[in-house]
Formats: sequence, C-alpha cells, structure tokens
Amino acid sequence: MAAAARISWLTGKLARKHLFSCLQTNSVKLISSRASSSALVEEQPNFPGSRSKWTEKLDFVQPDLYDGIPVYRVMDRNGNVIDPASDPKLDEEMVVKMYQRMTLLNTMDRIMYESQRQGRISFYMTNYGEEGTHIGSAAALDDGDLVFGQYREAGVLMWRGFPLDRFMNQCYGNEGDRGKGRQMPIHYGSTEHNFVTISSPLATQMPQAVGCAYAFKRAQNGNCVICYFGEGTSSEGDAHAAFNFSATLECPVIFFCRNNGYAISTPTSEQYRGDGVAARGPAYGIATIRVDGNDVFAVYNVTKAARHITITENRPVLIEAMTYRIGHHSTSDDSSAYRSVDEVRHWDSTQHPIARLRAYMVTQGWWDEAKEKQWKDECKRQVMQSFARAERRQKPSWREMFTDVYDTMPSHIKEQYEYMLAHVEEYEDHYPVKNFVKEH
Amino acid sequence: MRQLLKASVFKKLLRPTLGSPSLLSRHSSHFTFYPDTVPESQGETVRLNLFQSINNALDTALATDNSALIFGEDVGFGGVFRCTIGLQDKYGKDRVFNTPLCEQGIAGFAIGVAVGGATAIAEMQFADYIFPAFDQIVNEAAKYRYRSGNLFDCGKLTFRAPCGAVGHGALYHSQSPEAYFAHTPGLKIVVPRGPIKAKGLLLSCIRDQNPCIFLEPKVLYRSAVEMVPTRDYIMPLSSADILAEGDDVTLVGWGTQVHVLREVAELAQQQLNVTCEVIDLVTILPWDQQTVFNSVKKTGRLLIAHEAPVTNGFGAEIAAAVQSECFLHLEAPVERVCGFDTPFPHIFEPFYLPDKWRCLSAVKKLINY
Repeated sequence: MAAAARISWLTGKLARKHLFSCLQTNSVKLISSRASSSALVEEQPNFPGSRSKWTEKLDFVQPDLYDGIPVYRVMDRNGNVIDPASDPKLDEEMVVKMYQRMTLLNTMDRIMYESQRQGRISFYMTNYGEEGTHIGSAAALDDGDLVFGQYREAGVLMWRGFPLDRFMNQCYGNEGDRGKGRQMPIHYGSTEHNFVTISSPLATQMPQAVGCAYAFKRAQNGNCVICYFGEGTSSEGDAHAAFNFSATLECPVIFFCRNNGYAISTPTSEQYRGDGVAARGPAYGIATIRVDGNDVFAVYNVTKAARHITITENRPVLIEAMTYRIGHHSTSDDSSAYRSVDEVRHWDSTQHPIARLRAYMVTQGWWDEAKEKQWKDECKRQVMQSFARAERRQKPSWREMFTDVYDTMPSHIKEQYEYMLAHVEEYEDHYPVKNFVKEH
Repeated sequence: MRQLLKASVFKKLLRPTLGSPSLLSRHSSHFTFYPDTVPESQGETVRLNLFQSINNALDTALATDNSALIFGEDVGFGGVFRCTIGLQDKYGKDRVFNTPLCEQGIAGFAIGVAVGGATAIAEMQFADYIFPAFDQIVNEAAKYRYRSGNLFDCGKLTFRAPCGAVGHGALYHSQSPEAYFAHTPGLKIVVPRGPIKAKGLLLSCIRDQNPCIFLEPKVLYRSAVEMVPTRDYIMPLSSADILAEGDDVTLVGWGTQVHVLREVAELAQQQLNVTCEVIDLVTILPWDQQTVFNSVKKTGRLLIAHEAPVTNGFGAEIAAAVQSECFLHLEAPVERVCGFDTPFPHIFEPFYLPDKWRCLSAVKKLINY
C-alpha cells in the first residue's frame, strides 16, 4: 500500500513538472508570436461561430432598435400609382385578367360559403381580402414553378387556369375529384397546374418546399418553388427548420407569408413580439422584403424580383405580404366572437385589393360600370352552372377508400377490402351505396 | 525509478482485477452473432461488417441513380457510425451533405426532395431522436399518395436510423421505435439482421416507391461480419425468413433479437429436446403474416421477442393476428418476451433485455402448458 502511495505521489510530481515545463515553452511561443504577428489578430474575434467586431460597451440589442422593415407599395390606398417608375406597366389583357380572376374567386367564395351553410358541402374557407396576394404573386411566376400552399391560396390556382369544375368537384368529393374524395373541401391539388395537394397540418409544407427546391436546383430545370404560409404558421417549428435549411443548403425557394392579422382568433400581438415575420429572414441569412399584400402591383413586383434572385443565385427569399382576413377563418368560425364588426367593415371598404385594381383600370380607361355589371353577371352564371354540375355528380366508388395507401395494394389491405365488399353486400341498406359510383 | 516511467507499468496499475463488475458488464454481449452465408452462385463476396455493407449499399444507390442524395447530421465526414464514409469525396458535397441539427427539418426536406423528383436517403442520427420528425413522417410522408389521389407521392424516400440496445446506450441511445410507426398505414418499416440482408434490403427500400424507415441495429455495426456479395442486389420486403426449421415452437424476432433466438433454439434442442422454428420477420410493415401463420399452424406454439417495451410493442400485433387466424391450432397462449414497461435503463440493461434465459424460460412454459 505504501509503495503504491509513494508511486502515485511520484507520478503526480513528475506530471506537474512536465506540465509546468510545457506551459513555459508555450508561453514563450505565445509571447514571441504576439510580437511578430500583425495587429489584425488582436483586433477581431476569430471564433468559428462569428467574426463580428469586439466591443467593450455592454449593450443589449433591444427589440425596438429600429422602426421595423418598411412596407413596399406601388399604389396608394385608392389605387393611384405613387411613383410611376414602380408601375410594372402590365398590358390591358394582363391587368383585366388579374381583375377577373380575383373577382371570379370572390364570387366562387360567396357561393361556396353559402352552400356549406345550406348543408350542401361539409366545409369551406374563403379568401376575402387576400385575393391580391394570390393573383399578384402567381402572375409573377412561371407556370412551371411548383407551389406548396397552406390553404388560403385558391387564387393561385385560379390564375393558373384550374377550372371552376375542379374546385367544385373537390369540395363535393365527387367522382370528378382527382383527389378521389379523400380530403375535406379546399384541399386542392393539381399536377398540370403545378400545385401540390394541400394538407391540413400547418407549416409542414415549408421544409418540403425547401427540399423540392434543392432537387430543382440539382435538376437545373429553370424553375423555383414558392411556399405560401400564414403568420400564425410561421410560429411552428417547421417554419424555423425551413428557413434555416433553405439558407444553409442554398435553395431556390420563395417564402411568401400572408400576414393577415389573425390565426383563427389569435391576433398577431399574441402570435409574435418581434417585427413580424420579415425580421426573422435576415437572422437566417435570407434576403427579405415586406410588401402591401393588398396592392397587386407591389406583390407582382416583389415576387418577380424574388424569383429572379432564387433562379440566378440559388438562394431563398422571404416576402411578408401584409393583408387582412376579411372573412371568418372557415365555416366553422364566427369571427364576431373575437373582433369587431367595425374593424372588418373598415377593411372591406378601404384599401381592398379588388377595389384598388378596379380604380387603376378605370383610370387607364380599361373598365367601366357596364363592363363591371356584365362581368359580375358572367361570374355568377359560370359559378352557378359549375356548382350545379358538381352537385349532381355521384361520389367515387367507395372501393377507392382502399387504394393508394401504397403504390400497389399489399395483401393485408386487400383482405380488409374483401371483407368490406362482403359486408356491404350483406348490409347494403345501411350504407349510402346509391350515392357512390357502382363498380362491378 | 526508471521502471516507474514505463507505460506498461501504468497500464498494470490501471487494469481492474479480473471478474470485477465494471469489466464484465462493459464487455460482454447478450447475444452471439450467427452469420448468414450465400451460395457460390451469388458471385464474388467480400468480408464486410454491418456499417460497411450499408456503406456499400449507399455507394451502389448513388452510383446507379444520379438523383440520389444522402443527407442528415454529420453524414459528410462519414457519420457517427461510419455508414457514409468516403461518399462525400466520391459523389460530391451536392449529393452527400450535412443538414442543420433538426430532425423535423431533415424529414420535411427529405419529403420535398422526393416530391421534386430526386431520391432521398435521410439519416436520423439515432432512432431515439426521430420523434421531432414524427409529424412529417406520419402526417405527411405516409399519407402523401393517398390524400392527393395519387397525384403526388414521396415514394423515393428512405429514412435510416440506428436503433436498439448497444450495451450502454440507456434511455436515448437504445430505443426501438418500430411500433409507433407500424401504426401508420403508408409506411414501410424494415430491420436487417446482418450485413448481407442489410445491403439487399436497404437497396430495396431506396428503390421502393413508398416511404421506408430502415432501422439499423447499432450493436451489429461492427460485430456482425459476413461475406457479402459485391454485386448490386435487392432482397424482397415483406417476406419473412425461416432461419431454422422446427416442429415444436415458433420463435419470431427481428434485428439483433434474431441471433438471441437462434441460440435459444440450440439451447432448447440441447436441454429440452425441442425443435424450434426461428423466423426473422425482416419487415415490420407490411408484415409477412402468411409465413408466421403457416409456422404456428405447424408448431402450435409461438414466442415473440423484441427489445421494445411489451405493452403495445409490435409483438402485440402479431399475437392478436395469430390468435385470430390460428386459434384452433394453438397448444398454448402466445408468449411475448420483451423489454419491460420502463424507459430503457443504463446500468440495468442486462436485466432489461429479452435475453436467451428469459426466452428459454418462455419456451419451457410453452412446452409445459
């Protein structure tokens, strides 16, 4: 025992001696290098995580450091172009198309909302007040740019020519629905229109859009990806993940935030405490801009510029479009429970995207009362006819409940399908079989 | 004095006495690896361990599919288990790359890659950390094709994750999460038992047109060594393997547990004069019901063993299906030997695992029922 103790003491002594001599050598090295190196080594921090400057002043960066990222606009609240240089000077055909798509969407929304109230469809979400964000951005993109939406972007589909029938078919879940009746209304999708099928979970589309953009970058197909989301959704972890991945992996993706003031009943004051969503962009290394979402030309301009950055530089851009959700969150919501009717009325009557564009068109001499009445009647007629067609159609074969779980049907699902075939045959009277396409 | 400076002397001082608790529990394993062999007709083979065969499969995937990408935390330098070693150098940083530390991001990004037309091979550093990605995997990946009416899908997507007991992993480096995902239609879940199976199964998963989760038993990465065919080959998913034939008891497991059961079969033969049919399930979802049913109808006795906790582990699904399909053939109730309903412990691991003694004891119970 004593020997062991003595050994360990000696070991310690030797170790300390060795350590001391190392320090002496190193300190000599340090002194000599200090003397010979440039002043630069002393002046800047060289941490791997950040190379910003030194400071001896203890100052927190407070959230109210600056006024907030300004809101880019082209038109004033009444539709008059402020700085002619910012007018994209789109031709009459284009501007009229923009107006018509916004109003057609608005008309479809009114009729479909009503149809839910009457029990004809199970659920609906309107786009009131946000038409400008859809049309302005969609018009600035290439038709081949893939869209990952949240749920309030029907105008993008409308712009790209998604027919009224297909909107209605999906809402009715009839045999014309390419989604095969699997999802609730407004969960649209279309390969021809490059619009990925909507899913209910929020923000999940965001990192997916980034991954898709990465694949596009590698494929060099000349397209970007646009990802729409609301300001409420931006609180989700997936949003953080998406921003960070898009910047670190250098992806050609446009993040388009529709900041409409509410996430169901939750106002922005309860959603975030910083300068909205836009302030987060630079923190992730993303080029960012804030825009008046109710100014179609402003939205058009920023989206066009954003697209150019993503395509030519393969890096992400964040657009925060400020707007207002005039309608309820959905048919399951009554927003008078949490906001004043006056507030809603204000936004419905001032700085409305449709009214402002109409004012611009009238100024150009491209629109008048007669055309307005004619178009309004035409919208209504188109929507009502499409609606009637969709309502009449049968639902898809209920056997479609069992397909597309995998690319091919595995045996265990096949067994369940066969079981149900036999069951429905025996208990046919208790199932709404006559509403569904009969397969033999 | 000079004697004391020799390194060998220090080593002797530090070496614990033989039989001390720390030496035994840190170095002994609860299983013996039973290597597979392939017939000569399979062509040239090379001696590889599990991480090397996985590396080989990934190399093959990237060589044969220009769109294939590998990404996750730390995959660039080779990965914490060396599964991706050499691949970034060979295929470039645009195809093999690190992501930020964010599993939900890795999963969402992976889905997007697949939707965008490229093949995504995403690594989760440990299966224990797959849970932030649960929403993306369960709510999105699994349902992509169904909810879109087959307009969109993320079939070209495979998640890889090291799973299972490793001797000292404790709560967060030992989990087997297959049961959580088995409850989600639309996913495929695969667990290899060794290097030969791993290469073929991983390539199958990568080339399968459905999102797959490939769980790699980490304790086998270095200890499982086989002569692996050098050629490009796939192995069928949803097809269980009968590794030993028997008439008295059916033993079902996957991953590391397959090797435990093979030893149990030998012990049962020696000690109880009982022949066991050992089945590697291979795929958890969709699972090969027919092979299991056929075996149980022959033996009348079933033991299912897995490391994951017993309550609602995948053994429960197999037991329920077997009693429904094979009721009149059963000579005894189905036995499940599994992890206990506790989080996976550190120092108590030898008591936690469904080891050969617990399994043998269950075989006795089945025989004597």
